[in-house]
Amino acid sequence: MTTPPAPAPAWRGVAAETLEDARGGLAAFLRARSRRLLGSLLTPHRRTIYWLAVVVILQTVAAMVGPYLVKVGIDRGIPPLTRGGSARTLYLVVAAYLAAALAQAFLTAVFVRTAGRIGQDVLYDLRTRLFAHFQGLSLSFHERYTSGRVIARLTSDVEAIGELLDTGVNQLVTSVLTLVSTIIVMFVLDVPLALVGLGAFPLLCGLTVWFRRHSSRTYREGRAAVALVIVQFVETLGGMRAVQAFRREARNQAIFAEVNDRYARANIRSARLAAVFGPGTRLIGSVTVAVTLLVGAHRVIDGATTVGVLAALLLYLRRFFEPMQDLAQFFNTFQSAAAALEKLSGVLEEEPAVADPEPGSAASPPAGALDVRFEHVSFGYRPDRPVLAGLDLTIPAGQTVALVGETGAGKSTIARLLARFYDPTEGRVLLGDVDLRRLTDPDLRAAVVMVTQEAYLFTGSVAENIGFGRPDATRAEIEAAAGAVGAHRLFAGLPEGYDTVVGKRGGRLSSGQRQLVAFARAFLAEPQVLILDEASSSLDAPHERLVQDALRTLLAGRTAVIIAHRLSTLDIADRVLVVDGGRIVQDGAPAELRTVAGAFRSLNEEWAESLG
Amino acid sequence: MGQSRALWRVRPYLRPYVRQLTTMVAVSFAAIGAGLTVPLVIRRIVDGPIARGDRGAVLPLALLVLLLGMIETGLAFTRRWIQGGAANGFERRLRDDFYAHLQSLPASFHDKWQSGQLLSRAMADLSVIRRFVGFGLVFLIVNTVTFLLVIGLLFRLYAPLALVTACSIFPLAILTSRFKPRYRALSRRVQQQQGDLTTLAEEAATGIRVIKAFGRAPLVADQYAASAARLRTSAIEGANLRATFWSLIDLVPNLTLIGVLVVGALAVGRGSLSLGGLVAFISLVLMLVWPMESLGNIVANAREADVAAGRIFEVFDTAAEIADRPGAVALVGSSGHLRLEGVGFRYPGSDAWALRGVDLEIEPGETMALVGTTGSGKSSLLNLVPRLYDVSEGRIVLDGHDIRDLTLPSLRRAVAVAFDDPLLFSASVRENLLLGWPDATDEDLEVAVATAQAQFVHELPWGLDTRVGEQGLSLSGGQRQRLALARAIVGRPTVLLLDDPLSSLDVHTEALVERALSQVLGSSTAVVAVHRPSTLALADRVAWFEGGGLEAVGTHAELAASSAEYRAVLGLDRPAGGRRTEEVA
Repeated sequence: MTTPPAPAPAWRGVAAETLEDARGGLAAFLRARSRRLLGSLLTPHRRTIYWLAVVVILQTVAAMVGPYLVKVGIDRGIPPLTRGGSARTLYLVVAAYLAAALAQAFLTAVFVRTAGRIGQDVLYDLRTRLFAHFQGLSLSFHERYTSGRVIARLTSDVEAIGELLDTGVNQLVTSVLTLVSTIIVMFVLDVPLALVGLGAFPLLCGLTVWFRRHSSRTYREGRAAVALVIVQFVETLGGMRAVQAFRREARNQAIFAEVNDRYARANIRSARLAAVFGPGTRLIGSVTVAVTLLVGAHRVIDGATTVGVLAALLLYLRRFFEPMQDLAQFFNTFQSAAAALEKLSGVLEEEPAVADPEPGSAASPPAGALDVRFEHVSFGYRPDRPVLAGLDLTIPAGQTVALVGETGAGKSTIARLLARFYDPTEGRVLLGDVDLRRLTDPDLRAAVVMVTQEAYLFTGSVAENIGFGRPDATRAEIEAAAGAVGAHRLFAGLPEGYDTVVGKRGGRLSSGQRQLVAFARAFLAEPQVLILDEASSSLDAPHERLVQDALRTLLAGRTAVIIAHRLSTLDIADRVLVVDGGRIVQDGAPAELRTVAGAFRSLNEEWAESLG
Repeated sequence: MGQSRALWRVRPYLRPYVRQLTTMVAVSFAAIGAGLTVPLVIRRIVDGPIARGDRGAVLPLALLVLLLGMIETGLAFTRRWIQGGAANGFERRLRDDFYAHLQSLPASFHDKWQSGQLLSRAMADLSVIRRFVGFGLVFLIVNTVTFLLVIGLLFRLYAPLALVTACSIFPLAILTSRFKPRYRALSRRVQQQQGDLTTLAEEAATGIRVIKAFGRAPLVADQYAASAARLRTSAIEGANLRATFWSLIDLVPNLTLIGVLVVGALAVGRGSLSLGGLVAFISLVLMLVWPMESLGNIVANAREADVAAGRIFEVFDTAAEIADRPGAVALVGSSGHLRLEGVGFRYPGSDAWALRGVDLEIEPGETMALVGTTGSGKSSLLNLVPRLYDVSEGRIVLDGHDIRDLTLPSLRRAVAVAFDDPLLFSASVRENLLLGWPDATDEDLEVAVATAQAQFVHELPWGLDTRVGEQGLSLSGGQRQRLALARAIVGRPTVLLLDDPLSSLDVHTEALVERALSQVLGSSTAVVAVHRPSTLALADRVAWFEGGGLEAVGTHAELAASSAEYRAVLGLDRPAGGRRTEEVA
């Protein structure tokens, strides 16, 4: 669904989900891409797989020996007994069968263990690759794709492939080998009868082609529907307070029931296709048995073959069509996994819009304070709506710049470009004379840290969440960082102090407390350039003042960009930029700008008034 | 099945499908019956026409074999057709109910439970149960009965051989009882770890901005890989356990066949069984191979399904503590008179009081501001009024009713909240705004939009029909906050709860919102948590909170005049010497 990229604006939500039915060239392209992914997942295990094939061949041989020995027992072991002779042949046969049975059990154990390990290794490989890839993709991708679908890909699609590896490969390998060996044994036993048995082959192929064509569509529908179920589920859980406070439960239930029903119906359609396919192979089997019986009976009467051979052949024929059932089941699992592989290979094919530099061209930012330059930077979230047009801006090293202006003026966009959440469509952003696009992600993130208004907290304790700023920080350093933003007493006073578990999304903390955690996190990271995008909007006045005192210390010798609606933040700014319509309309020291007529002075006056 | 208590509890969900399940079992038996007859017919051909050399009799019998095969196929088709509908219908209903139950559980539950764990239960665990209901359950019945039927038939053919065959039940029973408890423990671990992994995936997807801002993608990828590795280890252990169990189970039919061959051969040698009889007997024994071998699979599947059911019922068993009491009355004609009497609140599982001993009376139409430092209990108090949490002690009285005696929908219709975290859903702007009042008029909507200064919605590409929220257009923090505000006021609730509603607005917009809001607030009782003195302009009185307790109540002017601490909370006093903007005032 990501290839070709959805042409419609992705924020119409369902737009990207509609490319569900692929035909012709597109279908072939998708299949080839899925195969490549599967191939790359299995390649590291090539040698084990070969070895496993040997195990399976031996296991199948051991399993095939059984009926053959029964035939030998009947044809050779019993006649001496009826004549009152020795039972030696019979016991030899039994001994051989016993050995074969033990070998079969042993080989089965080896096979299940090995296949299980390979399957889990492949899943592990797929999961970690996929996860790392998602993490590498840019924010613009995530905004378009949404978290619910990321989760759907990482869970239900991976599980569909897991099922294939878990049961499917077993089914495929054993059934194909049983098929081949049965055919061989049948030919050894009686060529004309074997040919009769093989007459079923073209019919089976035809049925399989039919199934594959139809089921690939229903499974694709299923994958799309399950993603919708997951999206609705996750979103409801994320917004549960609003759901309950606004009595949204009934409407949600209706939406969920609808997507859940769509998922169930897709599953039912797939199951019903399989209901035709599986028994269909059995029908072909029944016809074959009847014809073989008919032909075989005449051959026995003609003396061309023995009763024992006919009995064994009929046994083998049953063995032939039992794996066909497995094969049908395999195709079923395979089609489900193929639909998942198609989505996953599409995700893995996505290139990050904000890409790491080519290995040769990477540069490192110099140490110490860094200057920031925007050179003719243009940018828009959508091509038809430019937000910045040819912005030029230089922030000398160590300067603290405040961006002010009304909502939607482009302040946050400037901040996001500096944090390289997006790349400019034109022009460039330079950090210490190095284009951001030439910095590797670790270098960039060590140098530039951005704190946003929505302070996202992860599951875990307060200390762990602060430690996210510098994973190797000691407890003392974490507490020092909290102390620096004036939140030490607050955190230490929580029920379990710094070890207080914050709950899902930090729900156990107030929004002000969450912002303090986010501040402490940024302080701990000690970046060369700090960006604060409305990071203190929910703080009370005493904490805001403590944070600002802390900023005064922290920002000494660092470059900083601060976006705030409260002009009190200007206390710590060396310079103010008034942004309007993506352009800088005023630029100067706060004291200086207050004296001249203009946007800044009127903002300032409104602020003063608002204090009553 | 003795220990499968959790799995047993899904039966109310199976009840609508009893007819289908019975049909599936019956059809399976018929199919097996048809399949059973085939070897008998074959035996007649071998012993009859072939032995006699009677070519003419072969064809009708061969056609009979064909006919039986076709019947078998038709029956198999019928079973699977029904199964597709029944198993998926069952799963759909269970998932619908699971979702409905989650929506009824209080905020305290959702604080504690990770979405990933719940998602993993709703998807992965449910499909395990579906698989068992669709295949395992039916075949458990079918295979058991097949086994008994075949043994019965075998007894009719030749009793001593049948006895040998029947003995196979002992090793099967012993193996199964040994395997079950170990596999159950392992399944529980695997499914738990799957949930943990889903949680990590969920947090990494929703927290992507923070992860990127700090360049911590490698760190979270390592965490994810470590968690995936744990799952891999457990899953491999599961495969190893299955390997041992399955291979031993596989041994049983082979050993049975060997026993039958020896005893049968001796019997033929003694002349107490015909050769054709032995061939037929062996054909029948071969029919037991699959039921025996598949037992391993079914038992494993049943264990997994039982664990999965346990995980699902763990959630179902969590009572919706915040629900209508018996005899709850609907609130009609609310005047918005709100009284807190000795209200205390502790977050579930915590010993510390978030709020304690709060007595506060808010008159109809009054606007009460809540002032206090971060963590002083303001947001907690706002959550108590619509009963997102229930008070731990004391009571909240609305229009003379303890709010716990009111029906939830009527309480939540009278009370509306704008949260500090503006939660928008993937839906149109209109749907987000009309969340609580789907029948509000366009006029109401327009007034709310204008009051919240959210006119920007008209400039969105599809106006009010533009999708916002995660699957839609991303809005700035200030825009989201204004939508949340508009959403709270659109239904003209009698009690309006606003949690720092203007924190993300610029001064200019804030002033406009305040002006418009003061008119709306005239008719509603309002409780507004504020951090900025500017927002206080809306308030008639101020309740000042400190450390979870009510410090003082009064007008802003009174409090500001009497308490330096109060002024400090609002940042009204600035240290001397600094050339502060605010001092311009």
